[in-house]
Amino acid sequence: MNSQTLWYLTRATGIVALVLLTATIVLGVVGAARAASPRWPRVVTAGLHKNLALTATALVAVHVITTVLDPFVSIGVVAAFVPFASDYRPIWLSLGAIAFDLLLAVLVTSLLRDRLNVRVWRAVHLLVYACWPIALWHGLGTGTDTKLGLVLGINIVCVLAVAAAIWWRLSLSPSRLLKATGAATMAIAMALTVVFVLAGPMRPGWPARAGTPPALLGLALLPASLG
Amino acid sequence: MTAPAAPAVTVSRLTVGWGDRDDPALLATHEARYGPLPSPEPAAGLIEAVTQAGLTGRGGAGFPTGTKMAAVAHGKGPAVVVANGMDSEPASDKDEALLSRAPHLVLDGAALAAASVGASQVFICVPRFKNSLIGLVQRAVAERTRAGIDPVAIAVHDPPGGYVSSSETALVNWLNGNEAKPTATPPRPFQRGVDRRPTLISNVETFAHIGLIARFGPEWFRQGGRPEAPGSMLVTVSGAVAAPGVFEVAGGTPVGAALDLAGPDERSGFVLIGGYFGSWNKIAQVGHLPLAQSTLRPVGASPGAGVLVVLPHDSCGLTETARLLAWFAEQSAGQCGPCRFGLPAIADDFARLASGHPDGYLLDRLERRLGQVNGRGACAHPDGAVRLASSALSAFAPDVRAHASSRPCLHAPPGSAPDPVLPIPAHAEAEA
Amino acid sequence: MNRWLAVNPIACTGHGICAELLPELIMVDEWGYPMLPASAVPAELLPLARRAVRLCPTLALRLDQERR
Repeated sequence: MNSQTLWYLTRATGIVALVLLTATIVLGVVGAARAASPRWPRVVTAGLHKNLALTATALVAVHVITTVLDPFVSIGVVAAFVPFASDYRPIWLSLGAIAFDLLLAVLVTSLLRDRLNVRVWRAVHLLVYACWPIALWHGLGTGTDTKLGLVLGINIVCVLAVAAAIWWRLSLSPSRLLKATGAATMAIAMALTVVFVLAGPMRPGWPARAGTPPALLGLALLPASLG
Repeated sequence: MTAPAAPAVTVSRLTVGWGDRDDPALLATHEARYGPLPSPEPAAGLIEAVTQAGLTGRGGAGFPTGTKMAAVAHGKGPAVVVANGMDSEPASDKDEALLSRAPHLVLDGAALAAASVGASQVFICVPRFKNSLIGLVQRAVAERTRAGIDPVAIAVHDPPGGYVSSSETALVNWLNGNEAKPTATPPRPFQRGVDRRPTLISNVETFAHIGLIARFGPEWFRQGGRPEAPGSMLVTVSGAVAAPGVFEVAGGTPVGAALDLAGPDERSGFVLIGGYFGSWNKIAQVGHLPLAQSTLRPVGASPGAGVLVVLPHDSCGLTETARLLAWFAEQSAGQCGPCRFGLPAIADDFARLASGHPDGYLLDRLERRLGQVNGRGACAHPDGAVRLASSALSAFAPDVRAHASSRPCLHAPPGSAPDPVLPIPAHAEAEA
Repeated sequence: MNRWLAVNPIACTGHGICAELLPELIMVDEWGYPMLPASAVPAELLPLARRAVRLCPTLALRLDQERR
């Protein structure tokens, strides 16, 4: 398996994992609010939520492995868990490490759920609301495909899906304070993301600004036969 | 053929010296009544004696005490003893009466029971709002500590005085630092209770009897009462009676004889047996029945915590019950759906029935709800409400028919609003 | 091997997923809370019962080895 294949796998699994994580969150939000219809019973929501979460985690694991194995970039296995352990786009890669850690915490606590205190499980589970945006930004910043129309489109759809799910859930609450705070937080987060994308990955020279090691900068433009 | 001798009605075992002026918190008063405290028997000795005596819990459930003690003794690690003096039944005053006039009886029993089940600590629980009672019990405990007579440490605690908060698991939960709300079982307190230790939790009256059994033996205990209800028990009689109060009666005393102690109004026809957690019965039907689990169960009743409330002849049983059901609903810990939503629904239905403005489906709906709510909570709170409501529907059946068809109430004169009879505690709301 | 469905009434918040999976055995009351059968789970429904236990969002549902 050469570097090119590994790189493709890294990118593919990353994007699909993001899509699946997005679907997982949407199902989680909607399921907790007990949405159901005769054709889409609660069982399906609950079952899909679990299965998609597991699938997404498996894909993230592949994503991490192919990244570590890829000889083109020096990202060691430590960097998969520990921020700032690699000099490849340090900030953006670290976001991935953090998101991965959070995801593992949620996974482990969910697998051990019947042994855990319910409050502990719940507190950790809520960390997905941090994990997902961090993963999104990791993808936007580290990902080499961000400028592609398809990838941008996928990211936008994911953001809109999560925002819509959360907004729908908030709309069920009688608390106006909650709705206002929630809407404001989401609006600010989405605005920041748009600003970041426009000022960062969309502008030329992003790889260098993001922290791609200078030695690799030129190589990225060479034909795939190298390495 | 001669009829078997009727058992003496009032006895004086727990109630020795209750009319005296002596300070009940003093050890000297206690020893003057009963003699010096017996040394703790070897563990198995007391448990065996209590089992042979046939003592059952006096808190309402009537569980065999010896069995409970044995189960705790077999648990892992050092145990804990909790004496429940909460009088959570609003129509019961016996816990307060016992603790305020003979606290050392309770403390004797609790300390001896602790030694027998391998407990290292005793907790006495008295409701928070009963300040002077707490003070008295604390003085009694201090006396014993000074004299160094107990093998274990005794501490007085003051949980909030709500209805569910004094159920077994709720008290244990509170002693563990959480809210005074029931917990799901398993495990039961005798397996894992306070600090996850096996916990012997019983009513203060039960411990008082244990103390006396330790002094005088199981045969003595069984000399009083009847085979199916040995020993004695405290009953609280109130309602349409001339002299309400707490009385000590031989086990198995007929209901009517117990009522007579308080001078009931002859015109009254109905009595609430067992407390709010009990059931309505026709006095004519149950008057001759001994106050015991085995004899009352066939008519759907139980002695409970020994509470007897006589309904005045001009009060409507349905109205009283509706009030109580509203209170039951309000007292729900709110942890379990069927109780949290079912009790208010039942109370609402009953209120409509009592006010004489029922809708056509009311009785069916009420029956269905009673069936659905029963047994589906973590504690017995909803069961008590269901039992009260069901027994009211059956005991006051003629009233039900009258109310359901919007005819005037058979008991309360039209246009009258008799004073509520059954007390609803006001303090219960204000607890931490 | 006999198993009985049981629920922790405090943990149960009336999601009703168990009733969706096992309509033959579990019904919900008018407030959305499950009413469980008193009898043992029939053998052919045991796999579904296990799945219902796994899918309960609050882990309130369980399968007991003895009747309570």
